[in-house]
Amino acid sequence: MTTPAHARPPKILVTKVGLDGHDRGSRIVAAFLRDAGMEVVYTGPWQEIPVIVKLALEEDVDIIGVSTLATDHRLVPKLIAALRDAGLAHIKVVVGGIVPAEDEPGLLAAGVSRVFHPGAARHEIISEVTRLAAAARSMQSA
Amino acid sequence: MKPLYTPLDWDGERYLTDLGFPGQLPMTRGIYASMYRGRAWSQRQLIGLGAPEDYNKRLQTILQAGASAVSLIPCNSVYRGYDIDQVDPLLLGTCGTMVNTVDDMDVCLRGIPIDRISTALNDPLPFTLLALLLGVAKRRDIPWSKITGTSNQSDFISHFVANHMFFRLSLAGSRRVLVDHIEFTNRHVPGWNPVSVVGQHMQQAGATPAQAMGYTLCTAIQYAEDCIARGLDPDSFLPRFTFFFDVSISFFEEIAKLRAGRRLWPRIVRERLGAKDPRSWRFKFHAQTSGVDLTRQQPLNNIARVTIQAMAALFGGPQSLHTDAYDEVFSTPAEQAARVAVNTQNILRDEAHLADVIDPLGGSYYMESLTDAMEQEIADVIAQIDAAGGMYQAVEKGLVQSRIGESALAFQEQVESGAQKVVGVNAYTVADEAIEHAPIARPDTAVVENQLKRLQAFKAARSQRQVQTALDRLASAANSPDQNVFAGVVEAAIAGATHGEIVACLRRELGFGQPLVIA
Repeated sequence: MTTPAHARPPKILVTKVGLDGHDRGSRIVAAFLRDAGMEVVYTGPWQEIPVIVKLALEEDVDIIGVSTLATDHRLVPKLIAALRDAGLAHIKVVVGGIVPAEDEPGLLAAGVSRVFHPGAARHEIISEVTRLAAAARSMQSA
Repeated sequence: MKPLYTPLDWDGERYLTDLGFPGQLPMTRGIYASMYRGRAWSQRQLIGLGAPEDYNKRLQTILQAGASAVSLIPCNSVYRGYDIDQVDPLLLGTCGTMVNTVDDMDVCLRGIPIDRISTALNDPLPFTLLALLLGVAKRRDIPWSKITGTSNQSDFISHFVANHMFFRLSLAGSRRVLVDHIEFTNRHVPGWNPVSVVGQHMQQAGATPAQAMGYTLCTAIQYAEDCIARGLDPDSFLPRFTFFFDVSISFFEEIAKLRAGRRLWPRIVRERLGAKDPRSWRFKFHAQTSGVDLTRQQPLNNIARVTIQAMAALFGGPQSLHTDAYDEVFSTPAEQAARVAVNTQNILRDEAHLADVIDPLGGSYYMESLTDAMEQEIADVIAQIDAAGGMYQAVEKGLVQSRIGESALAFQEQVESGAQKVVGVNAYTVADEAIEHAPIARPDTAVVENQLKRLQAFKAARSQRQVQTALDRLASAANSPDQNVFAGVVEAAIAGATHGEIVACLRRELGFGQPLVIA
């Protein structure tokens, strides 16, 4: 018998999509989410969208956190569309890193739940990820 | 750290043994006798954006603003080893220039006297951008002996450590191609620095200054040992080894790091590598102000940060310096921000007169005591790597990566706890701040489409037979240890092969780098 969804800790896939390899941010965030008791799947940089979708499905994650530095955030709307096509619309997507202010509305409109900019506090990220994971689960079970 | 340093901390009687004079052992005070009095450092701003024409325009602007050397940052697609038609067009030209062919390089450097100005290329192995540059020189009838500059990003170990992947070629392939490149440039492009050993990546990834310096020196030792194993005389290649360091805002510590590294290197090359020529002892390095220190909050504060970092760099004695633009936390710099960055160096030199006296902090009780302490810390890092069997083994085991990860986390803890204040982030914050920066300049779709068409046209116009022959020869060189792979790369570029085709060929023959350890 599987553990009831609400009894599991939030499960997040921390990844980088596209061409950039600066991964200090993603590794730090992955480490402190893990230390906060979440289940973290960490991929390393340079992932392709189909690979992320497949992994998200297999690992049954609640949230995908995409770290970006060098404009790779421009691919995130495509990731969200691919998740929807795969029947994973309940998975929440958050973006963290260098995202110019004028790009943020477009990301939010495409379905990104939250953009964390440089300097975002750890407690803020943890509480937001926790909240979004709960929302993803209730959508999945609905 | 003590509140006060006195002769008990550093004894001036050790002047001749520990400091000496610039240009003389132990080199603490500088690698040349006259340092900036004889020749100012090169103001080498990193630039790269859009199409080759966009790059050329920005290059002309910053040269006119006082920059004195060229640098070229290619688009991330290039960086990863692909042509622009192999990746998502959304990512093209946003963080670097779309340059895949000799034609592209020619446009990038239009009107630039490449025989008189040094060119630093962000060009990981197999060094296709240098091959394209040599192709341009050939077109312009400029002898390769007149071409000067540096293969930045030639340090594949630093990439592996910071990005956890040999992202161009396998480790074995990388080692082979780097030594071929050193041999080729020594013979045919003698003014070229084929190696830039990079501490910057590691420090940006979280390494402490001592770790960054220690790991960098260990990496340089491994590359030099590979050259010696090939039968090269250390004094034939060491004078062309260069280094590249990050300079953070931890002012005195950074100066000490650079001075300590400069003192350690001659000892290493003499004692461990058998170098006898004083030119081999010179620790030549490029410095870049640290982007990690810059904040998105109250971004104009970044101008103050960069100024302090640049001062630390100058007191550390680099041969060239890049100052970050204050808007780099948002995007690649807008033109005005790029100009402020160059002018920061102009102000430090011409208004503040920081470069009038050589090693002006030399002899300070604090600075010398800190330099001694830093040297010891770096020596300890080197001893750890030696005990692990050298840098190749230490990174294959994941040792270096996990140490750097620990340091990054430790620093983040300091920021989260407030022990380390960051103005605008965890101290002196303002509730509603205006984000002050120019609109992001991204190449519009037409520019990208035009560049894609241009690549197509380039491929259609060239002699396919010549390109195929050159790529076949390159493949054959890769499989014959007595041939020089980089000579094959140059030949292929001149025959019209693209960057992506050359990298793909060598990935087939020498292996694509895959992650070994995710630490």
